[in-house]
Amino acid sequence: MLKGHQTWIFENRPVLHSCAAIGGPFEAAGPLSADFDLLHEDIWLGQNSFEKAEKRFLEEACEFAIRKGGLKKEDINVFLSGDLMNQIISSSFAARTIGVPFLGLFGACSSSMESLAVASALVNGKFAKYALAAASSHNAAAEKQFRYPTEYGAQKPPTAQWTVTGAGAAVVTDSGDGPYITSATVGRVVDMGISDPFNMGGAMAPAAVDTIQAHFRDLNRGLDYYDMIATGDLGKVGHRIATDLLTEHGLKINEDIFTDCGLLIYGDNKQVFAGGSGCACSATVTYGHIMNRVKKGELKKILIVATGALLSPMSYQQKESIPCIAHAVSIEA
Amino acid sequence: MSSKKKKKLSPAQQQYQAFAKAREPKRPAVTNTIKAFFVGGTICLIGQTLQWFFIEYFNFTETTAGNPTVAVLIIVSVLLTGFGVYDHIAQWAGAGTAIPVTGFANTVASSSIEHRSEGFVLGVGGNMFKLAGSVIAYGVFSAFVVALIKIIIQKLGGM
Repeated sequence: MLKGHQTWIFENRPVLHSCAAIGGPFEAAGPLSADFDLLHEDIWLGQNSFEKAEKRFLEEACEFAIRKGGLKKEDINVFLSGDLMNQIISSSFAARTIGVPFLGLFGACSSSMESLAVASALVNGKFAKYALAAASSHNAAAEKQFRYPTEYGAQKPPTAQWTVTGAGAAVVTDSGDGPYITSATVGRVVDMGISDPFNMGGAMAPAAVDTIQAHFRDLNRGLDYYDMIATGDLGKVGHRIATDLLTEHGLKINEDIFTDCGLLIYGDNKQVFAGGSGCACSATVTYGHIMNRVKKGELKKILIVATGALLSPMSYQQKESIPCIAHAVSIEA
Repeated sequence: MSSKKKKKLSPAQQQYQAFAKAREPKRPAVTNTIKAFFVGGTICLIGQTLQWFFIEYFNFTETTAGNPTVAVLIIVSVLLTGFGVYDHIAQWAGAGTAIPVTGFANTVASSSIEHRSEGFVLGVGGNMFKLAGSVIAYGVFSAFVVALIKIIIQKLGGM
């Protein structure tokens, strides 16, 4: 049911049946390592290219989510997934392996919540009994496509971020004990003219703010409704800008509940500059760390605002600015 | 950002850029410059030592010693690139490792390694000069222009 201008309320209360998070060696060294279902020490996963490795990460996340839910592949009515590779090959190739009806999505790093929002809408509308939503990214594959070769010696600025290697997947179904997916706010594309691909946080912060504002306006909710509001991958720079921007727009958000998946995943590691990024950043932190806290009862109501920078290597070489988007999904125990 | 670029932005965008700029960590330009100076200088010092070594022990002249010196520096930086060390040194050293011949070797080696998965012809061969290509193209062209200027001055009776 549409509420306000851009928010969907799922009145049939779809359930987040099961979820899984898979990570690489760098994620294993981070503070959230205990929340991953599986961690690999090799970024190649025994494959002969980074792209194939990313596909394996995604396949494993889906297999884990399906198995943890006590299901079989054949039970899934629709698979929704997105990633950062050209023509979303990781998703399409993983869908080839899984062999269920598939809808490919692209929202850059916002694909994690884009897929969850669409999966919940399909289940809510009774178009699927079990919908699988997933997203993946791979540090080396993303560097190769968007920036420079991994071994190239270019100095990165302090605003740069580190793409998460891994994948997250969730199975949404129509009945169960919860946690429930209660609403989703679909974001608008916001472009504030930032064209530096080493400053994604700064580029994406206004999109996150726009979606958060829309969510609370559409639902007429107070900011204290949620126990946690987590943005996808704004990093240190973007998180600070978003906090200040919200304050400037009259939304004084409590620092204790407002966080960012890109800040959580690597802690204070200096090697990642401003923090984590990539589709797997919000996907693994949400489906691993945050959902574990929900299951333990530490968190009751959460809002995940996955942010995405919709640029291509071609568009930034042609000096275009970076259009950004953010999608919000609320989960309540 | 240049003022020309800024003119294309709307007032709201300009306002946001100033807002964001105030909240971004700055590149440590002074520290970076000092590090680059010393690392670049050290690489040159190593090169000079190698040249002296080739002249002293292998009967090279000052002109011919350049080739084996550069070859050694290239081999070392290609090995460091292959072992995954070079990019870490470069993050610390910045322009210090990018400007000397070591930086050039790194661009070629890193592109080749990166695209090995696409095969030897379309991958390694096709992408080897992806980053180094513009250095070669404009390097050769500027050398040509400089040589042309030199010849013109000579013909006019200068030098």
